Amino acid sequence: MSAMEGSPTAMDATPAQPFAPPRPTLVEMRDINVAFGGVHAVREVTIDLRAGEVVGLVGGNGAGKSTLMRVLSGAHPADSGGIMVDGKPATISNPRDAKTYGIETIYQTLALADNIDAPGNMFLGRELTDRTGTLDDAAMESATRKVMGRLNPNFKNFKTAVMSLSGGQRQSVAIARAVHFNARILIMDEPTAALGPAETEQVRALIRQLKSEGIGIFLISHDIHDVYDLSDRIAVMYHGRIVGIVNKDEVTTDEVLAMIIMGKPLEKVTSEEIAQLHG
Amino acid sequence: MAEASSVPKKVTREESPPSGPSLWGLLRSTEIDMRLLGMIGLLGLIWIGFNVMSGGLFLTPRNLFNLSVQSASTAIMATGMVLIIVSRNIDLSVGSMLGFIGYTMAMVQVEWIPKTLGLGLDQPYTWLVALVIGIGLGALIGGLQGVLVAYGRVPAFIVTLGGLLVWRALIFRYAQGQTLAPMDKNYQMLGGAPATGSMGDVASWILGAIVSAGIIYTLVNGRRRRLKYGFQPRPRWAEAIIGAFGCGAVIVAILVMNNYAWPEALAHQYAIDHNIAEPPGGLVIPVGIAYPVLIALGVMLVMTYMATRRRFGRYVFSIGGNPDAAELGGINVRRTLTLTFVLMGMLTALSAAVQTARLNSAVTNLGTQAELDVLSAAVIGGTSFSGGIGTIPGAVLGAVVMQSLRSGMLLLRADSPTQDIVVGAVLVAAVGVDTYFRNRGSR
Repeated sequence: MSAMEGSPTAMDATPAQPFAPPRPTLVEMRDINVAFGGVHAVREVTIDLRAGEVVGLVGGNGAGKSTLMRVLSGAHPADSGGIMVDGKPATISNPRDAKTYGIETIYQTLALADNIDAPGNMFLGRELTDRTGTLDDAAMESATRKVMGRLNPNFKNFKTAVMSLSGGQRQSVAIARAVHFNARILIMDEPTAALGPAETEQVRALIRQLKSEGIGIFLISHDIHDVYDLSDRIAVMYHGRIVGIVNKDEVTTDEVLAMIIMGKPLEKVTSEEIAQLHG
Repeated sequence: MAEASSVPKKVTREESPPSGPSLWGLLRSTEIDMRLLGMIGLLGLIWIGFNVMSGGLFLTPRNLFNLSVQSASTAIMATGMVLIIVSRNIDLSVGSMLGFIGYTMAMVQVEWIPKTLGLGLDQPYTWLVALVIGIGLGALIGGLQGVLVAYGRVPAFIVTLGGLLVWRALIFRYAQGQTLAPMDKNYQMLGGAPATGSMGDVASWILGAIVSAGIIYTLVNGRRRRLKYGFQPRPRWAEAIIGAFGCGAVIVAILVMNNYAWPEALAHQYAIDHNIAEPPGGLVIPVGIAYPVLIALGVMLVMTYMATRRRFGRYVFSIGGNPDAAELGGINVRRTLTLTFVLMGMLTALSAAVQTARLNSAVTNLGTQAELDVLSAAVIGGTSFSGGIGTIPGAVLGAVVMQSLRSGMLLLRADSPTQDIVVGAVLVAAVGVDTYFRNRGSR
């Protein structure tokens, strides 16, 4: 991580000044609905994301966090609702569309082709070619080495299929793919689930750095402390709905936990209920 | 995030050196595909074994020439089958497709052009028209099956099992047991008969020179590209050995094929036709490389390029490795899958041309069970049914291994059940051994 902390951009990250102009809104999702057969996975969800902001998405299993983000990344179409990127209506009907808007996703499953090496995965679907349309493997490897030099300097296996890499190394390939293409909007679905403590700390530092560079991040995590540490705002989902979006500075982890478990907005959560959490 | 990338680093990154000075490490630094090397070794054993058992009948120019021609048609189709299997599908219809397309191409040159259109036999364009119609038909049939698999989401096994029945039945419906013969004179060259279907010595040497130059160019160019990006190149001695072996194999192959002469009767006829005084032992005309072999080599090169150096091939492999990842990466999975079937149909048409030209006729059971040979060739060549793994040169070698077993046993006068037992056992054993080493190798 030393490489990252030493970079000038990380130092530019000064605390928000009182009279700083409001940061521009990158994404707005309005009244999104997704149903699988009879199951209403996402109901009337409205959420937004500003530049340089981390919005944490929390909720129990099946709360609809991943499905909501799959809509934004183009992996699953919404049944109704609209998406605005930079204040303009955006049509996102497949992953390729999302990428043209600068939306990159790190999936919980990592979405790596196990039989292909790291450069091949990093450029999957966006391969570099020369004038004849021939794959430029050397250029792709060179670019991958550059990104990895920043993210995970210990990474050395550029020629082996990613199936023989460790969980942490595979994760860095997935992250490298999202970072390399200059994402403006990043979706991270459980980015630390498969990682050990040291690697988790690396990912946290990376999130802070990307944030300081003005990138907007949706962060899905089961780890409430992760989310609480990294997020500016926290959106709590329950049975497909957003029960509340709170500013991190105005809540405690216990209050967020209560919202997740009770499925109630913050103002309806009583102190007795919070006390019961520890009961 | 730009500053990290804007500093050009001129340092040659040191790879961790391949563990010590062991023989294995040395071999690894050559970056040769070990599985392919193992197959070449296996093929060598088979050849030597049959040669000993048959009392020196196997490793003769005549037998090796026949082997090369017989392997070519399976090899052509096997290259396409690799991509189908790699993307987790299967094509059981190639045998019937081969029969149907072959029969149609025969109709073009025996019935439609000379009789229906009244243009007469042996027109200079006939072979090309027949071939183009055949390849177009192959693309159409493959495309239809591909669309049903990729867009219709019907399992490939079912679609092509249906195809196996339908295309064969269509031949019987329209041919009514009739054999079509003879083929067009030019078209017959595609079949690789020793006299009419091969290149002769001079053209073979020219081909050899081109192939050798290609091998050397590939090595030199690869080295230059690595150095350009500051990657460690292969050791020079390894490149020299690979180049020497490659060019050596080419030269030996041509020497052997040029050592095989036209059959005496044909050479005698040729001497009379061309007013050549026959020397005492009769006129010796070297056969050289057969045209089907040339076609198979060309197909192998093009398909290897498509599989490893084009986006299409990368997509096929990524679909085989993880279909969801391919979809999420923005790859048009359905179109890619459809294209693999289109390609399979076109290659089958090419094989159909080679087979009908060699037989100089089209019969209703043409290509029966060819799908089994093609699938076996791909699988013996290291293509994995779990998807994502396979190579084109491996499948071509697999086709040669299969054909070597069959023709070797024929030389030993093994009966047909024995042949099938051996081929079946080798198929299972090859996959078993491959799976064992693969599992040991990973993690």
